[in-house]
Order: sequence, then structure tokens, then C-alpha cells
Amino acid sequence: MSAKAYGTSSLPLEYQSEQSRMNILGFWIFLGAEIVLFATLFGVYGVLYERYAGGPTHQDIIMIREVMIQTMLLLTSSFTCGVAIHEMRRGSLKGLLTWLVITLLLGAGFLYMEINEFMHYVHEGATMQTSAFLSSFFVLLGTHGLHVTFGILWAIMVIIQLLQRGLTPVTARKTFIIGLYWHFLDVVWIFIFTFVYLKGMVS
Amino acid sequence: MGIKWDEFFITGDPLILGSQIAIVLTMLGIVAGLTYLKRWKWLWREWLTTVDHKRIGIMYIISAVLMFFRGGMDGLLMKAQTSRPEMEFLTAQHYNEIFTTHGVIMILFMAMPFLIGLMNVVIPLQIGARDVAFPQLNALSFWLFFSGAMLFNVSFVIGGSPDAGWTSYFPLAGKEFSPGIGNNYYAVALQIAGIGTLLSGINFVVTILKMRTKGMTLMRMPMFSWTTLVTSIIIVAAFPIFTVALGLMTFDRLYGTHFFTLSGGGLDMLWANLFWLWGHPEVYIVALPAFGIFSEVIATFSRKSLFGYKSMVVSIVGIALLSMLVWVHHFYTMGAGAAVNSVFSITTMLIAVPTGVKMFNWLFTMRHGRIRTTTAMLWALAFVPCFVIGGVTGVMLAMGAADYQYHNTLFLVAHFHYVLIPGVVFAVFAGLYYWWPKMFGFLLNERLGKWHFWLFVIGFNVTFMPMFFLGLKGAVRRSYTFSVESGFSNLFLVSALGSVILAAGFAVFCYNIYWSLRHADRNITGDPWHARTLEWATASPVQPYNFAKLPVVDKLDAFWHMKKSDSPELTLQQTEIEEIHMPNNSGLPFVMGIIFGIAGFLLVFEWHLAAAVAAIGIFACLIVRSFDYNDGYHIHKAEVEQTEQAWRLREGEVNRYVG
Repeated sequence: MSAKAYGTSSLPLEYQSEQSRMNILGFWIFLGAEIVLFATLFGVYGVLYERYAGGPTHQDIIMIREVMIQTMLLLTSSFTCGVAIHEMRRGSLKGLLTWLVITLLLGAGFLYMEINEFMHYVHEGATMQTSAFLSSFFVLLGTHGLHVTFGILWAIMVIIQLLQRGLTPVTARKTFIIGLYWHFLDVVWIFIFTFVYLKGMVS
Repeated sequence: MGIKWDEFFITGDPLILGSQIAIVLTMLGIVAGLTYLKRWKWLWREWLTTVDHKRIGIMYIISAVLMFFRGGMDGLLMKAQTSRPEMEFLTAQHYNEIFTTHGVIMILFMAMPFLIGLMNVVIPLQIGARDVAFPQLNALSFWLFFSGAMLFNVSFVIGGSPDAGWTSYFPLAGKEFSPGIGNNYYAVALQIAGIGTLLSGINFVVTILKMRTKGMTLMRMPMFSWTTLVTSIIIVAAFPIFTVALGLMTFDRLYGTHFFTLSGGGLDMLWANLFWLWGHPEVYIVALPAFGIFSEVIATFSRKSLFGYKSMVVSIVGIALLSMLVWVHHFYTMGAGAAVNSVFSITTMLIAVPTGVKMFNWLFTMRHGRIRTTTAMLWALAFVPCFVIGGVTGVMLAMGAADYQYHNTLFLVAHFHYVLIPGVVFAVFAGLYYWWPKMFGFLLNERLGKWHFWLFVIGFNVTFMPMFFLGLKGAVRRSYTFSVESGFSNLFLVSALGSVILAAGFAVFCYNIYWSLRHADRNITGDPWHARTLEWATASPVQPYNFAKLPVVDKLDAFWHMKKSDSPELTLQQTEIEEIHMPNNSGLPFVMGIIFGIAGFLLVFEWHLAAAVAAIGIFACLIVRSFDYNDGYHIHKAEVEQTEQAWRLREGEVNRYVG
């Protein structure tokens, strides 16, 4: 809340005001809480993942080809998000917007495929109510998917503000923070891909 | 979804009917009073939309006192029911509901907000800042807590109370054994309040890490700031676990998943593990700030700096780490085996070490001190022996093998009341008497305070001491009655009488607030206790911007040393005054709280579509906030000058003003 701001020009735009530095630190701490949240969901999955209750197992349902494509989409989107922030640091609004839109398109592609995958499972008779394994499976993945959805909507809001106001210390900070969030979702997906899908295929 | 409207309001119980009438009359009274006094605008502008940490703190504390009343009534009803054998005052079902709401309300809606309220009032002042890092988020935290608390409280008149205990163990808490909507209230209301708490935690970590005034290194922070920092870190680390646990509970109850169910491969003990993975750190979330309050009070009223400051800090951090490693001691009887139980026995006993260090530090702080027995100090003095009883019985319970005897008896209930009442309730009372002048500009009456103190402490011991012996004799907890043959009658009666004394103490406390509001001397200085830390280096009550110039600190207990050395820090030169930037008020947090409450209520009744529509309102609020670029306003020099002159000239001695 102090008025001293916008002075230290050697710092990137998003770090220039004290309030922005606090917002970014606050967001890192929020991500810490998110890590605990996902760790708990992974823990629950780790306890329940072999409790099929006579229902379908991993091998029965997993569509590894589709999951592989989802993974490529999301990992690429993390890369393009990094490029977007790089463009922002160069001061190029156009570059930032372009790469941000590509990021969101990739994210939307991921989401589309994940929804399809879920619908396929439900058609096969593997629903959240079938067994403890599927309950934990759907809730873990669903929570991640919900985060991606929320991230896309949020990023659209930030893009609108970038179009309205251009690159300012405030819009730069908002963009930077959504970037942190996006990379975080990517990291979570790596764990999901490894511990849910790959491990499920070999168990 | 086929809602049964005839079951919407709870009917047929005279106690509940009485409460329903009382609630309606109180609400009508508040509305009529505000209208008659033309205070609606004032309420909206000064309180509902405020982002000032001091006012938010005061709202937390008022809510906590109200919740204390509600939780206390539950306690008294339980004591009335068990005062005689075979008593037919409450039914078994009603008793189940009451011990559930008593536990939830006292921990989550009384202890937590009381402490968070004090943190809100004190922390920015103590670290020499003008507000918290995110003032508007702070308001949102409060309104989410408030909305969760109201939602939980409405359960006993609309739809039915949760009745599976404050721990809500599965399978009992599942749909199969608790088909009513009562436990939906538990899952949803605590979720909403929990989000608020998590946001508070983040806010205070950033505030303390980034907004300390010049010269205040971490090791020069007052102890209450230290405990708040560590507590906030525990909140960030533990509350997401509860978020997940409650979320999974909601899925099990509302959407038929199999996390904790007996069928479909679910594991009921998974709930117990998740609950206590949050629940045990939660104990320290309420205990650590309380320790911080005692540290401040004992140092001030012993007129000495805190003994063993560094070892205090190490102990706090140690307790925080260990708090994450003991959760299984809540269910040794799960049967995890000797090895697992032994590990958790040892980690649990280890906690006694840093806690013991703190005890000795407090005692050594008092040694050779010139102790003033103010009401605040009395609470701290009574805390020491009472809490030690709680701690020692805790070590008894920590032994896994022995715990098989104590488990589920009143011995345990007596133990945790001996920890939480001295450890938390005494602390919030101490803190309230101590910081009250900072909040309101007058002291609470000391004479009434002493009545409050003695009645409460004696009542507390008479209520809970017999329960140790009842528990050792085999009286189980959560049982709504007992037989004459059990031989428990006398001790139960003593305990019930104690609870009346306890309640009388609380009544005196409420009267004290009323009396002091009407009659207390308004002409007090900024530093009525001759205290040591920065919150006393400004006016009482505190001006909206806290400090006209931010104090510069060069050692621990900075304010004390400034006074001793007659430091120029205490004198404000006219030339030093600048414009001060302030955040704007906002109605958004209040509106979000209401929408969260409505969405939660609809979800409790499993009206999914309506709840989803309400949830869209939450996103709408987030979007409005995102597009809000309002940067606040400035208080002009002249106004600051006027305010500072007014209180500094009155004060004269310590804080001076040079025009």
C-alpha cells in the first residue's frame, strides 16, 4: 500500500512496484497451498488405486494414445507460455498476445480431449461411482481439469486487460502470475501422467 | 431432487422452537434498531465495506464472542443433560447434534476467528506497517469465515444439525448412516470458512515477510508476530488437506463416490487420517498465536524483556514441524501396529520438549520481574499451571499402549479442554484485556475483569477436573446419559455445577464490555500498560493510517528502548508529515460472502442447478475484481497533521509533536 513505486527500472516491469512484488510472493505461497492440495489428492489416489471393487482396472480403460496427445498439447503450451513471458520481457505486446493465444488454444485442445476421454470412460461404464479407484481417478484428474478451465478463463480476462491498457506494471504482473499458474498446472500433469497413466499401464 | 418442505424447518422440540423465536426477534430487533437510529449507511460505509485491518479484526472478535456464546450454550446443555443419571432433558439424537456443533463452533468459529481477529488488529501495528499486504483479500477472508459460520449455525433450525461429532468420522458421517442433510452442512460450511482461513494465512505470511518496518529484522520481531508468521505457514500447509477431505466428503455424500464408504472399495479410516493430518496442525494453529499473546503479556507486566527469545523462536518452529508428524496419535486404536504406534508415540512426546522450553522461558521472564497483576497478567499466570496439567495428561495419552485404556473416555475430553481452555481461551481473554484500549480507546474495567477471571478459572477447574477421574473410571465420551449403578453421579454433578460458575464468568465478561462501553475513562494515553512493542507507539484508538511516520527499529522491544532513551523516533516533526496512501473500501468481499453463503446453502440441500447458478455469481465477482484498477486515495498532509496534533499534544510525555 505504500506510494513508493515505479522507481527501480533495472527490474522487469512486473517487479517494479512493491505491491506487485508482494502479489507475486503471495501467489508463490498460494501455489505452495496448491501443491499440498494436489499432494493430498495424489495421496488419496495412492491409497485407493488398486481398489477396483470388481469394476474396470487401469488396463481396461486407459486410452494411452489420446493421453499421449493430451500430454504433448499441455507440455507444448507450457513452452509457448514461457515464450509469451519472454516476449513480454522484451516489451513486445504483439508477441506476448500471439504466444498467449497459442497457449490458450493448446490448453483448450487439451481440455477438449480430456472431456472426450472422460465421456468415453463413462460410456464404458467406468464412472465416479463405480469403485474407489475410479472415484479417486476422476476427482484427481477432474480437479486438474477444472484448474485448466479456470486458467483459460482467467487468461482471457488478462488478455482483455492487455488489449485495453497495453503493457503496464500492473498488466505485466497479472500476465506473469497467470504464467506461473500455467506452468504449475503443467508440473501437476507430469505427475498425473507418470503416476496415474504410466504406472497404471504397467501395474 | 424432491425437497421435503415439511422438513425444512425443524419442529417439535421446545428448545429449538425457543431458539427460532429468539433468532427471529433478534433479527427484527437489529433491523428495527438500525432503521430507528438511521445507521444503515454507517454500517455499510464504516464496517461492511471496510478494508481496514483493525476494523476487520474487531468484526472477527465480535463474531467470535457471539460464537463463544452459542458454543457455550451447547456446552451447558450437555452439562445439564449429564448432571444426573438417566436424565431426560435431551434425547440421544439432540445430544449428538449438540456435542457436534459445540466442538466445531468452539474450534473453528470461536478460537480461530478470535485469534485471527487479534492478529488482524495487532500484527500490522506490531511490525510498524500501515495495513496488511492485501487489504481487500483480508476483508474477503473475514466474510468467507462469517458466511461459513452463519451457514453452520443455521443448521439447527433449518434442515437439522450435523450429528457425527466434530471429527465426523466415516462411515457414520456417510450417507448410509447419516441420510439427513445435517452432515452436508458440516462439509459445505467448513469448506467456505476454510477458504477464508487459507487466504488469511497467505496474507499474513506476505505481510510479515515483506512489510516489516525499517530495521526490524526477523529476530527483532515481537513474539506474537513470530507465532503469527509460523501459524500462517502451518495454515498454508495444513488447510488444503482439509479442503480436499471435505471435498471428498461432499462427493461421497452428494455424488455417490467411494472414498470413505464401506462398499465399493472405499476406506473409512482414510477420512480419519486426512482429518487429523489437518486437525493436529490445527491444534497448533490455535495454540501458537496464544503462546505469542502470553509472551507479550508476560514480558510487559513483568517489565522485562522475554527470557530466551531465540529458544522461543526455535521452539515455535520445532513445534510447527512436529505438528505435522503426530496425527496418528488420534487413533492408535485403528490398529496400525506396534511399530507405527511407537513412532507416533515418540513424535508426540517430543512435542513436550519445545513446549516445556517455552514454559520455563515464561517462568524465567517473571523471575526478578516487577510483576503487575492486571487482569491480562492474571490470565497468563493461571495459564501456566492449568496448561501444564493439560500437557502432562497429553504425555500420558501419547503412550500408544496406555492410550487403549484412555481412548474414547472423558479423560481425553478433560485433557483437551485443559489444553484448549488455558492455552487458547485464557490467551484470547488476556489478549483482549491487553489490546482492548488499542482497539477502542478505553480500558475494560479491571475490577469486573478480576471477577470474570476468578469465576472463569475456578469454574473451568471444577468443570473439567472431575472429568479426568470420570474418564479413568471408564465413563465414555459422547454418551448422552449414564446409569445410577455406574457410580458416576457425584462427579458428573460437580462438573455440571462447575459449568454454571464458568458461565457466570462469561456473563461478567459480557457485562464488563457493556459497563466499560458506557462508563470507562476515555482519556487514556497511547501506551496505558507501559508496554514494549510498536503497537503502543501510536494513538489509542489507532488512527486509520496507523503511523504518521513509519518507526525505525534497531533492537528487540524497540518501543521500550525508545522510551528509555527518549529517542527522537517518538517525536513527530511537522516537516516529516507526508501524504499517506490508503486503499479504498469495497463492497465486493461482502457480496462474495453472501453469494458463497447462498450457493453453500443450496448445495447443502442438494439443489445442484440452483447452487451452480449461484456459483456463477462468485465468478462474476472475481471478474469485477480483476477489472478493478482503482488505486485507492491519499490522506492529505493537513488531515494527518490535525490527527497527530490532537493525540500527541494530549499525550505530551512520551509521543511528542513539534510544529
